[in-house]
Amino acid sequence: MQVRWPLVVLLTGLLGGCAADSGSGVQSQKMSTITQRGKLVCGVDGKLPGFSFVGSDGRYSGLDVDICKAMAASLFGDPEKVEFRDLNSSERFAALASGEVDMLSRNTTMTLSRDAAGGNGLSFAPTVFYDGQGVMTPAVSGIKTLKDLAGKPICVESGTTTELNLADRMRELGVAYTPLKFQTGDQTYSAYLGGRCVAVTSDRSQLAAKRSAFPSPAQHTLLPEVLSKEPLTPATTNADPAWADALRWTVYALMQAEELGITKANVAAKLSEAKGNKNLADLRRFLGVEGDFGRQLGLPSDFVVKVVGAVGNYGEIFDRNVGLGSALRLDRGINRQWKDGGLIYSPPFR
Amino acid sequence: MANRPVLAPQLRRLRRELFSSPGDGVLSISLIVLIGLVAIGFLRWAFGQASWAVIQVNSTLFAVGRYPIEQQWRLWLLTALLAAATGLSWGLLRASPRPDRTGTLWPRHDRLAVVILVLGALWLPWALRLAALIQLRWWLVVALLVGCRWAAGRFAAVLPSALRRLVPLLWPALYLLGMVLISGGLGLVTVPPSEWGGLLLTLLAASFAILLCFPIGVMLALGRRSDLPLLRWGSVLYIEFIRGAPLITLLFLGQNILGFLLPGGLAPERIWRAAWVLTFFAAAYLAESVRSGLSAVPPGQFEAARSLGLSYGQTLQQVVLPQALRVALPAMVGQFISLLQDTTLLSLIGLLDLLGTARTVMANPAFLGKSAEVYLTLAVLFWCCCAALGLGSRALERRLDPHTIPSAT
Amino acid sequence: MADTINALSNETIPWWRNRRVIPLLVQAVVALVVLIMIAFLLGNLVRNLTAAGLLLSWRWLNQPAGFDISETVLPFNAGLPYWRALLAGLVNTIRAVLVGLVGATVLGTLAGMASFSRNGLLRGIARVYVELIRNIPLLLQLVFWYFVVFLSLPNGTAAIQLPGLVLAKSGLYLAGFADGLRWVGPQLVNDVWQAPLRLSVEFGALLTGLIVYSGAFIAEVVRGGVAAVPKGQWEAAASLGISWITTLRTIVLPQALRVIVPGLNTQYISLAKNSSLAVAVGYTDLYSVAETTLNQTGRAVEVYLLLLSAYLVLDLFISVLMNGVNHLVQIKER
Repeated sequence: MQVRWPLVVLLTGLLGGCAADSGSGVQSQKMSTITQRGKLVCGVDGKLPGFSFVGSDGRYSGLDVDICKAMAASLFGDPEKVEFRDLNSSERFAALASGEVDMLSRNTTMTLSRDAAGGNGLSFAPTVFYDGQGVMTPAVSGIKTLKDLAGKPICVESGTTTELNLADRMRELGVAYTPLKFQTGDQTYSAYLGGRCVAVTSDRSQLAAKRSAFPSPAQHTLLPEVLSKEPLTPATTNADPAWADALRWTVYALMQAEELGITKANVAAKLSEAKGNKNLADLRRFLGVEGDFGRQLGLPSDFVVKVVGAVGNYGEIFDRNVGLGSALRLDRGINRQWKDGGLIYSPPFR
Repeated sequence: MANRPVLAPQLRRLRRELFSSPGDGVLSISLIVLIGLVAIGFLRWAFGQASWAVIQVNSTLFAVGRYPIEQQWRLWLLTALLAAATGLSWGLLRASPRPDRTGTLWPRHDRLAVVILVLGALWLPWALRLAALIQLRWWLVVALLVGCRWAAGRFAAVLPSALRRLVPLLWPALYLLGMVLISGGLGLVTVPPSEWGGLLLTLLAASFAILLCFPIGVMLALGRRSDLPLLRWGSVLYIEFIRGAPLITLLFLGQNILGFLLPGGLAPERIWRAAWVLTFFAAAYLAESVRSGLSAVPPGQFEAARSLGLSYGQTLQQVVLPQALRVALPAMVGQFISLLQDTTLLSLIGLLDLLGTARTVMANPAFLGKSAEVYLTLAVLFWCCCAALGLGSRALERRLDPHTIPSAT
Repeated sequence: MADTINALSNETIPWWRNRRVIPLLVQAVVALVVLIMIAFLLGNLVRNLTAAGLLLSWRWLNQPAGFDISETVLPFNAGLPYWRALLAGLVNTIRAVLVGLVGATVLGTLAGMASFSRNGLLRGIARVYVELIRNIPLLLQLVFWYFVVFLSLPNGTAAIQLPGLVLAKSGLYLAGFADGLRWVGPQLVNDVWQAPLRLSVEFGALLTGLIVYSGAFIAEVVRGGVAAVPKGQWEAAASLGISWITTLRTIVLPQALRVIVPGLNTQYISLAKNSSLAVAVGYTDLYSVAETTLNQTGRAVEVYLLLLSAYLVLDLFISVLMNGVNHLVQIKER
């Protein structure tokens, strides 16, 4: 028995490798693993209202969560076939690289070194939230600019881009400061609210989200300065390009759907409209009535219908979770569609 | 004035203990004042300033995490079974007559324990403002425990000894049954490990690791004392490597590097991975305790057994290990206690054990500044669990002591 | 003799029951199993790392770290390379371990001695301390010290101020010499306390937790050691009119140390390893820096190799040191 079990493991591994998706002609180890498992494992923050948060009913909600659900809908036609896994900022990349999670939708900033094969080796999907780093201080502290923070302790979550940006900006300004680093957001904000630091720094959306849950949000102000660009982006690894493509175009589909005015409510109507009218070539291709875009990605041909039917388009996701329809009430800002002067832009589906 | 009252023996003892010299007296008085101040301060905080709502509101979360509410009857059933088994074992361990002494149904310490238990069962559910139905369930559980304790103590002597021997086997059976009840299968709805949490996860991880680290630890200890150089050096390497590394690095390794080492999809669920890391970690320490136990067994025992024609396996199983494990028992229980404490490290890798649950509860701004209440509650819980393990081990130690049990019956 | 038996057995007993062959066979099988497993795991590791583009490389060690560390013994800034960051973390760990060792030894010895006091109250307190602390997880104690005790200290002008010493929410500030030989006390500059000697509350919480926890275990070691000295030694000393404290110092302790030192070794090593829990209270130790580094570079395997070997070396160092001490205290055979 002792001799045999590694062999069994070895054989199972080999078989698993051989059984790669044979249906669609797309070779993706990851996608066949996910299909076999029957659910997507998605790494999220889990403690960030508006992005990923567990409600008192034990259900996840938020913008990042909806991206995971969209991907599950894209793969299985069912947005609930996803398991969420809360990850620290400091363990997220290791968890992704080791295959612990299939994808990361965890308010992660896209950067060169994280993307590069010689760096973290991630593969980024389109940015779903363009953000910038901000600093929050108690209103009574009288701190108005970054320079006022000289010599003061600043709380920051370790392993984030904000940690690095803070170091850069403070070096530029020539301001000495004390970074207090914590492993998790919980500890970081506990220390801030406990008065251990006079400021906490993170993405402005995250600060707004956390502040909205504080006992007295009005007592905390965001400094006007924006320290950096923080494009928050879902990611997979370089190891499986086909899987990365599937995620990329699922996210684009959300954006394209908004551009085409397809919503959760009208997607069925749009589909029958496309089926009935052969002249609507763009819409027919997009909704999978014509062509084989879905199959080219290794997804069902009507993945767009499934995705939009499950979570709505990008605009709906934004409004529902962080926009005017939510507790955060963030302005669309640069996260508007390109036609409205924003940065949300999907390449053509053709 | 002239007739100095004769001091009662207690008072005399008090004087000897506390006021045997002027220096001692000063020390005692200042200590008494200090203790009094601390106690008054604590009581004023606990009953005045502290707000225990955070515990009351989240008591289910602390107990079982996000375990689905419609499936929680399974945990109640398991609790009841555990209470019954505890009562039975307790009764047999403490009250059954032995060749060296007549059994007392309720030894003094047991009476005390029962009173504490019953008072706790009456007071705690009320203090936690649990629903009436749940309060009732707790009372029934404790009643079952005490009832089984009484029945086992009362009727143990009447039972045939073959039946009595079966009681220890109740535990492994109950453990397997508990696994099924918790995780589902065999007709029950599956509850994925990601939904286990709180005390349930802590106890599960600890008991899993305690059970499995034992055989691994014994094998490692035997390997380390083996004459075969390959086995010996393999065991030494393993033990020393594990003992040299902080648990947190190993846990993180298990969570994030194991995926690199196994083909996709083969790595077990992360809770099980953490439990296995705990197991392998504890096995190395346990091996050292067992090794010290083994070296306490005189080599003559081994030689004598072999010369009587017992095989190597029989010698180990029937002669050497029983003696070695008895010697190693206190050290092993020490390891088990620290293993139970080490489960708190699961919170550092993002699992929702008792401490992890507490930390997410306190991340909720509604409970801001209530960390003292939460941490104190956790401390009391852990203290009770660890102290219970310690007490149980001491009872077992006395039971196994060769000086109190004549070997032939 | 053995040869003749074996020679005999070779003729009459089949090879699978040969007492010389079986051990070899067992070892070969075990070795084979272990080797297959290692080869399997390593093969996967290499394949997965290649797929992720993360094959072993150490060049990243020389790249600038880009993050700051708030409290270092070695000077460090974000422009210095990763290896300097890791080194700064290691030094921070060593600092915590060294101070922790001294503190825990002192506290543990006092508590251990107190359990032999003639004063019943003192004995009781020592007992309660040991039983209370040993049964509560260290991590829980650490977060308690940090989030409950230290973070509720007053801040700014309200801080606890004694001559030459200030205890505030941001840390402990001590007077000392600055710029040569000028004696400087703590002072509040721009709402922030400044002093020549500063210990952050994170360090304070870690140290308090480690000292109190390890102290309880060391107290048990000391108590066991002293209890191992025969009672007659105490009585003989008392009958010679030697005072309690002198008896302890000159007669009992030297004998007890032989039992105590090996036990201390175990406790010291576990203290060193427990210092990695600093990450829970925001103190930047080796583990914390390694975790950040891993996250910024993605070099999980390399960082873990460095981390594990650093702790192994630290443990080994403590063991060697304690073995030396053990040699000193053992009975000199004449």
